[in-house]
Amino acid sequence: MKNEKYLRDISEIKQMMNRSSRFISLSGLAGVFAGIYALAGAVVAEQLLGDQALNTVAPEMNQEVLQQLFLVASAVLVLAIGTAVFLTTRKAGKNGQKIWETTTKRLLINFFAPLIAGGIFCLVLVQYELIGLIAPAMLIFYGLSLIHASKYTFGDLRSLGYANLVLGLLATQFLGYGIYFWATGFGLFHIVYGIWMYRKYDRKNA
Amino acid sequence: MKNIISNINKAFDHRVRLGIMSVLMVNEHADFTTLRELLGVTDGNIASHIKALEKKDYVKVEKSFIDRKPNTRYIATKKGREDFQKHIDAIESLLGQQQLKP
Repeated sequence: MKNEKYLRDISEIKQMMNRSSRFISLSGLAGVFAGIYALAGAVVAEQLLGDQALNTVAPEMNQEVLQQLFLVASAVLVLAIGTAVFLTTRKAGKNGQKIWETTTKRLLINFFAPLIAGGIFCLVLVQYELIGLIAPAMLIFYGLSLIHASKYTFGDLRSLGYANLVLGLLATQFLGYGIYFWATGFGLFHIVYGIWMYRKYDRKNA
Repeated sequence: MKNIISNINKAFDHRVRLGIMSVLMVNEHADFTTLRELLGVTDGNIASHIKALEKKDYVKVEKSFIDRKPNTRYIATKKGREDFQKHIDAIESLLGQQQLKP
């Protein structure tokens, strides 16, 4: 009898610690959508690049193509974040949780701090025309951001972070193939991971 | 065995007090509304449990103003953290022993 009470106490303690310190309304489906947008973006980017494959660290880059690539990347980012915000708000509403809490702010700050640093670093790479390093740098910084953010939401996010980090480091050794590494990390990994998260957390509660 | 049982702390022997301490263990501080929403109990209920923990010197209260609105935040004291950790350890080792027996 006493045993049951203690077991209940322990699970109550764990639940309270998690609920008060981690943001748990993150939607797995958002990951799947982000992956799809990224893959679509990568296809468009490849068309734009055509023969100007990113063969070297600093290929002769047409300014116009560069601008178009920037637009495509921005569109992917806006769509992915928009969908994530929409799905996550919906999930929080369904579970009767508030969306804007201390845990939300903490997650966003800890996720975006390394990510924005990475974004600025990528702009610097553009500035010095080290185009070939942009895709690896994006993967590396995104991986680090995920690892850092995983403390404030589902711990599972950490493995996705390490996967992207390793992929990004690998990509530095295959400079001409940046776009394929990028499509794997931001596209494929997101989709696989999103489905896995969705099955683990969302479907159970639906 | 005796040692373990003496670490089981009567002060934490209630769902609400257990909850308050759990939240304060992993957060630097928490305000009244946050605690109330997390635990899902009434104002009066939570206030009386916080009082009890305060009396034991496990929880510290800090009152301040945010945008001219009064804000009360609660912080676990060093003693509170230590005793709560001992309480958790005691429960876990008791459960561990029970599992070994049969």
